[in-house]
Amino acid sequence: MARAQSPRRTLIFTLVGWTVGILMFFPIFWTTVAAFKTESDAYSLPQNFLTTPWTLENFAIVQERSDYVRYVINTTLLVTLSTALALVLAIPAAWSLAFAPRAESSSRLSGWAWIAIMLAAAGVSFVTLYVNDWKVDNFVLGVVLLLLVVAPATLWVWTRNTSGTLLWILSTKMMPPAGALIPIYLIFNRNGLVFRDWGWINLSDFNLMDSLWGMVPLVTLLNLPIFIWMLFTYFKEIPVAILEASRMDGASLWNEITRVLMPMALPGIASTCLLNIILAWNEAFWSLNLTNKYAAPLSFFISEYSSPEGQFWAKLSAASIMAIAPILIIGWFSQRQLVRGLTFGAVK
Amino acid sequence: MATGQAQKLAKWALMPSVAALSAWAFIPLALTFYFAFLRYNLQDPDNTGWAGFSNFYYFFKDPFFIKDLINTVLLVAGVIMATVVGGVLLALLLDQRFWGRGIVRLLVISPFFIMPTVSSLVWKNLILHPVFGLTAEIQRWFGFAQPFDWFGKLPLFSVGLIVAWQWLPYAALILLTALQSLDEEQKDAAAMDGANRFNYFRYIVLPHLSRPITVVILIETIFILNTFAEIKVTSVGGFAGNLTYLVFSQLNDANDVGMAAAGGLIAVVLANMVSALLVRLVGKNLET
Repeated sequence: MARAQSPRRTLIFTLVGWTVGILMFFPIFWTTVAAFKTESDAYSLPQNFLTTPWTLENFAIVQERSDYVRYVINTTLLVTLSTALALVLAIPAAWSLAFAPRAESSSRLSGWAWIAIMLAAAGVSFVTLYVNDWKVDNFVLGVVLLLLVVAPATLWVWTRNTSGTLLWILSTKMMPPAGALIPIYLIFNRNGLVFRDWGWINLSDFNLMDSLWGMVPLVTLLNLPIFIWMLFTYFKEIPVAILEASRMDGASLWNEITRVLMPMALPGIASTCLLNIILAWNEAFWSLNLTNKYAAPLSFFISEYSSPEGQFWAKLSAASIMAIAPILIIGWFSQRQLVRGLTFGAVK
Repeated sequence: MATGQAQKLAKWALMPSVAALSAWAFIPLALTFYFAFLRYNLQDPDNTGWAGFSNFYYFFKDPFFIKDLINTVLLVAGVIMATVVGGVLLALLLDQRFWGRGIVRLLVISPFFIMPTVSSLVWKNLILHPVFGLTAEIQRWFGFAQPFDWFGKLPLFSVGLIVAWQWLPYAALILLTALQSLDEEQKDAAAMDGANRFNYFRYIVLPHLSRPITVVILIETIFILNTFAEIKVTSVGGFAGNLTYLVFSQLNDANDVGMAAAGGLIAVVLANMVSALLVRLVGKNLET
């Protein structure tokens, strides 16, 4: 802005701005203060936070009573593995969408033909279920029925033009977890839909409940749409001419991608990872429903403090601070990239 | 990328992601659809078979359904109203120049990074507790003998307060980004034409913000429809439960898979109406 601002105006905005900022941040600040109080001071009336003797004992008690370290390890594993897995899936997809865009659908069938195929497949599975008295006791039958419903839809999405595919990817993020909770719960459970005795194979010793084997793919899929979209917007900004120039110079496709594209896209990839680390770290719906001990992440760990015994605020505060501090710091660093990731390019 | 080899490779490079997302999107949906028409209770494994629309019928007749549906709408509408109005004001404030603006920006954005379980418990206990909480303290300081019991008297409002605190930074940040892309020349031209502050805001800023505000409303709707941790952890599900919570409790407390699936489908339909709008909006932007 070229215009000068009067000092009085600056002073007023400074006062208002800081007041608002401190008010927004106050719950976090208050929790931090309470984490260093003794338990009886946390409840003392009136609240005193300048005269209280500071203590670190809450952190030790939290570790001792609920094994904080285990939850941190679980969360870290969950976040790193799901981010890595999402990267492996998303980089090729975003590369394909950004640098080999399709204006037209690559399949000869029209959209209506695809819809007719999908309806027909659903009809066939409906009749099959009707004949079987709505029971699926056969593993192979179950898989065939699912494939019948899912495969046409997958092929249709796969062959759509680029913007169609991108929008479909976005729409998978919109699916409410309440709609997926029941099947996922039953698939993960022992003696549920998958892990039971099928006669020719006994899967009843396995399950995905409360296990990273289940949680990591789940969180990956939750974040994959955002991952692909964000990477896509970053890849789009890289001029194709540079890639073409490297090809003129005789670079192979592999070299073109690893030596030319990746170094230029690295800042974008890094901020994509940061945003998804934040989202995976704070994920609560699935952690609360699908974990309770061995694979439980920090969001579950904190929820254990909702039904406590005796005085617990200082301990709750200490646990909360330990759960949010790492991600808050990452968040501060990546806040400028947040807009891009969470608006799907709709705000520039 | 004109070479045929690259085109072919690009096609297959898309496949793993599409297959994974497609499995994630369609398998649970297909199964939810299937269960919603079955008699399927985990505590009564012998009672199976086709249930027709009775799951939907009993779900609609459940006294919690109407209440939780209203709660869902109130929560979404209330939080969106609060965050959009608050977000515009915050964005306007952060767009001004003042000392320490960068730090204030960090302070304001911070609640967005707090995991929902932490913010729920901190607000419920340290801030809104009727005896030892900060608000109780402030009320006593003003001379109220009996401080207000937020979660006891106004459970839905309290949940909304927590959710709004988490989403206000999001709205503010996006609207601020949009504000900063406002053309400087337009600002100067308006000033030269003698537009006062209100007219400048009404005729220049607000139209410029209409699109980002729409995006904020749509994205927040999708996320706030799914509010769960804030309700579960503060244990107000019986009073301030929403549709997501009702589905959870049908599965968890009643063990009725069929009913829960019917509820899940209703949630999917609701969310799809909003996401269709959002996808359309994003799609328009994609073409330009």
